Amino acid sequence: MSIADRIHITKRAGSSGWQSVLTRVLAIVAALVASGLIMLIMGYDPLEIYGRIITSSVTSARKLRETLNKTILLTVLSLGISVAFRMKFWNIGAEGQFYMGAFGAALVAFGFPELHPAVLLPLMGLSALVFGGIWAIIPALIKLKFSTSETLVTLMMNYLAIAFIAYLESGPWKDPKGLGVAKIAMFPDNASMPEVLGVHAGWIITLVLVVVMTVMMKYSKFGYQVDVLGESETTARYAGMNTVKVTLIAVAISGGLCGLGGYMQASAIEHSITSQLSGGLGFTAVITAWLAKLKPPVIVAVSFVFAMLLKSEVSLQALNMPSAITGIIQGVIIFFVLGSEFFVNYRISFRKAEKEG
Amino acid sequence: MDFLNGFGLFLQTSIQCGTNILFAIVGGIICEKVGNTNLGIEGMMLMGASVGFMTACLTANPLLAVLFAGVAGLVGALIYAFITITLRGNQVVTGLVLTIFGTGVAGFIGNMQMSEGVTFSSQTVPTEVKSAFAAYEIPGLCEIPVIGKALFSQSIYVQLAIVVAVLAYFYMKKTRFGLNMRAVGENPGAADASGINVALYKYVHVLAGGFLCGIGGAYSSIASLSQWQENVTAGAGWIAVALVIFSTWNPLKAIMAAYLFGMLRGLKYEMQGWGVQISPQLIEMVPYIATIVVLIIITIRKKRENQPPKALGDPYFREER
Repeated sequence: MSIADRIHITKRAGSSGWQSVLTRVLAIVAALVASGLIMLIMGYDPLEIYGRIITSSVTSARKLRETLNKTILLTVLSLGISVAFRMKFWNIGAEGQFYMGAFGAALVAFGFPELHPAVLLPLMGLSALVFGGIWAIIPALIKLKFSTSETLVTLMMNYLAIAFIAYLESGPWKDPKGLGVAKIAMFPDNASMPEVLGVHAGWIITLVLVVVMTVMMKYSKFGYQVDVLGESETTARYAGMNTVKVTLIAVAISGGLCGLGGYMQASAIEHSITSQLSGGLGFTAVITAWLAKLKPPVIVAVSFVFAMLLKSEVSLQALNMPSAITGIIQGVIIFFVLGSEFFVNYRISFRKAEKEG
Repeated sequence: MDFLNGFGLFLQTSIQCGTNILFAIVGGIICEKVGNTNLGIEGMMLMGASVGFMTACLTANPLLAVLFAGVAGLVGALIYAFITITLRGNQVVTGLVLTIFGTGVAGFIGNMQMSEGVTFSSQTVPTEVKSAFAAYEIPGLCEIPVIGKALFSQSIYVQLAIVVAVLAYFYMKKTRFGLNMRAVGENPGAADASGINVALYKYVHVLAGGFLCGIGGAYSSIASLSQWQENVTAGAGWIAVALVIFSTWNPLKAIMAAYLFGMLRGLKYEMQGWGVQISPQLIEMVPYIATIVVLIIITIRKKRENQPPKALGDPYFREER
């Protein structure tokens, strides 16, 4: 009997809460040790790098603000993604929905620059919701009509959206005052999101969204329908649900929230749109949503940790340290956590070797 | 005649533009055919590009550089394989993380010091490597009008890509191993029941795919550009993900897909010469739109050989059969 035959793997019926938390904490500790070892081998002091990551992201009001800006964006995007993921609709198109949302907001901002901010800002948000939502509904319709994999279509739609913004930048929306540089003009002043307590007002919207999404997913009929649909489409249909309607609404919310992220980033941070507006966070958010097990309050915490890592990237570079190291640390941590899921979901036991003959 | 010569030159550059992607598409196909979606192609390419470049600078040995580039891609694929195959982790998320990780590794190596105060990013590839991958002419064959220059006045790296794609095709369609491999991607349960070692097949092919992606990435850094650039692959890995579908998981069609893409890229520059006013950003959209259209068409027509592997994306768990 070989060793492989002696290892017996079974699915856990239901994992107890503390056990899964403990497994994940252990995974993160192991990941920090592992990436520390990598740094040591490369000739860097891991404690110094970890220290810098913390000191460069939270120790002054300015640093904290930048970290929070990234937290806000990651949270909104992850919230959007998690709605679709709960339904097992693998929307990895957050990046594209983000850009189309930013585009929707810009349309309103450039179209009605004279409107009072109290009217203009909500209108921009609404437009972002609609544009992000539509960009997500397209692959949903394709899936419903032709049963084409949404993973692949949403991925392609990302690049279409980015190329579209790049086209606007160098074509129809090119700023004539840009001195030949291909960029889009700044938003009118009325279209800038104000700050509240030192951080742009997006944090209030985000917190409200976290509460609304938690309540909706946990206690509303719609949230229940989404979960059932995610478990089994046949069950949902037998139970008399209008699966097409539930799918489309959930996907529209998913894309709309990602679009809202684009609006906040454009209005509050960049005051314009560029084809680098997201900084690739639409993809990072897929990871944060997954690591947070699609639970809104956890998403906030995970997003904050990732925002710290992202923020420290710039400051590590300024200190002549390899900024790329944060990418490596991110990778190693998530690899460990992804791997640890196995030990949460499965039970491993060893059978005694049976004597042969 | 002038036009034909011009077209021949255009083909020659198009094929060069499509070479790194051809390696990556074939790597992606091999990986997806055993049922694993790997969104980490970009990451593995970057790992290959950076490690290949570092090896070239340190050893000035072209063969070692390509080999180590492949091994770097393979190491990336090994992490992915362990998490998705052995630990049954989510393939999409693991692939995305692999891309972040690979980008980090590449940036890190680029900034590493080769000697006191000299970083790799400031180096150019040694002449031994450069000349090994320079275009050479096969006498006689390169005289053929139009395709002569395109195929027989190229770097050996470019020709290797075509050979790899053709070999992959024959492996997949004509050998027993290829048949088993496709069975694993279609229905791992049935494959397991008929005595195929599912995990082993998955591992071998995911790693082989990573090896090819690494070599593809290194084409940009050591053969085509011959110097280091941050993000040297420039999103080629993502386009490869699209073109894997566009070529309907067929390595022969991958040759066509890669070179069509190369032509599209070449066209952007050509058109400026003709004075045609089409925004290059709009041309960039073409491969993605084409991929979506192909994806829809293959799901409507349901032609068997064009379908995605049935078990694509699902982890295999024997006890759940």
